[in-house]
Amino acid sequence: MPRITITVDGIRYEEDVEPRLLLVHLLRERLGKTGTPIGCDTSNCGACTVMLDGRSAKSCSVLAVQADGCDVVTIEGLGADGSMHPMQRAFHEEHALQCGYCTPGMVMAAIDLLRNDPDPSEETIRHGLEGNLCRCTGYCNIVRAVKRGAQEMGQEVRTS
Amino acid sequence: MIPARFDYLRADSLEEACQALASDEDAKVLAGGQSLLPLLRLRLSYPTTLVDIGRLPGLSGVEDRGDHVHIGAMTTHDEVMRSPVVNAACPLVAMATATVADPAVRHRGTFGGSLAHGDPAGDLPAVVLALDGVFVARSERGERDIPAAEFFVDYLESSLRPGEILAGVRIPKLGEGWGYHYEKFHRTAQAWAIVGVAAAVKRSNGAIQEARVGLTNMGSTPLRARAVEAALRGVEVGEQVRPACEAAAEGTSPPADLHAQPDYRRHLAKVLTYRAIGKAAGAP
Repeated sequence: MPRITITVDGIRYEEDVEPRLLLVHLLRERLGKTGTPIGCDTSNCGACTVMLDGRSAKSCSVLAVQADGCDVVTIEGLGADGSMHPMQRAFHEEHALQCGYCTPGMVMAAIDLLRNDPDPSEETIRHGLEGNLCRCTGYCNIVRAVKRGAQEMGQEVRTS
Repeated sequence: MIPARFDYLRADSLEEACQALASDEDAKVLAGGQSLLPLLRLRLSYPTTLVDIGRLPGLSGVEDRGDHVHIGAMTTHDEVMRSPVVNAACPLVAMATATVADPAVRHRGTFGGSLAHGDPAGDLPAVVLALDGVFVARSERGERDIPAAEFFVDYLESSLRPGEILAGVRIPKLGEGWGYHYEKFHRTAQAWAIVGVAAAVKRSNGAIQEARVGLTNMGSTPLRARAVEAALRGVEVGEQVRPACEAAAEGTSPPADLHAQPDYRRHLAKVLTYRAIGKAAGAP
């Protein structure tokens, strides 16, 4: 069985993994990172989105062995010292969730789209979230939240 | 679902990967995995071994080589669509790539992977076919060029032989005077094309000198709309374009699925070809 080394939310793990083990199952069932949900089983919904070496990836469509040596950030690794990441806070403030199932993936995709455009237009946000489905139809508030989160993240960068 | 069991080999060299594939016809190449892993999870594919070429050096990157652009097979969709070389020299490739799936999938999915996968509903096969790309296959015996017209054999089937790996694709530069458009019709932003049309048009003095048209999801392979290409030759950009596009579904055998029946796809092919040609020709 292949042995992999993987850093998840800042902690380094060594794990023996069956080749067919999906990254999302490693995260949830081995490492207890249940903040990352499994949504669709067809790689459509984006609920399981994490950062893999700094870029968004659907963790249901990555084998754990492919992530050997990689750095993974899940929704659980975003906040610091018990406080929420600005994007999480913006989702909270703008009521950008109803059932909340899509939220971890939405937040990760939102942070990812800011890499290319730190001050995105509504259209850029909507395109950036194309891989993430919200079945409570909360997109209007999600777009507002991403805009607010982007502004707050920009301010933090400017003031720090 | 959890995939069925398979063995895993992370290849350290292209030679090792080719050997592994040559010795077991049920082994399969794992590139970005964005098409393959969903198939495995739905248990539609049962490879004995996955040969992971994800860390091989030299298979990734875009290069301007004078009369053509070389795109390494492991170059991700995200890299392709942002590449200044691709955007300048073969913008049709960048346009179509930007419509593939969604950002997270484009971070991992690869140019060569989606071509070798050979899904006629994928956006890139029709584009590379329309641009007369050349596929570069590597094996233990060396390198072999495969013209796009001979690469796509059937549904999910290419002319790559056992033991061959797609290393890259050469996209010829068409030069000055060409306009491009990829017109995709789908139900949701990230979905496969119900029908897609890749168009490249060369204009001269207000008329169409040459047109190239590739069709997505109009048969078991990507197709060229040769009848449209012939009908458009010499046509003034204007009212005569629409009748020429009526031939778009000629020689196609579009699939039936829950999104569309063949007759509807034939209708779409004509409408989308007209739109794609109009936009590629810069018509108002």
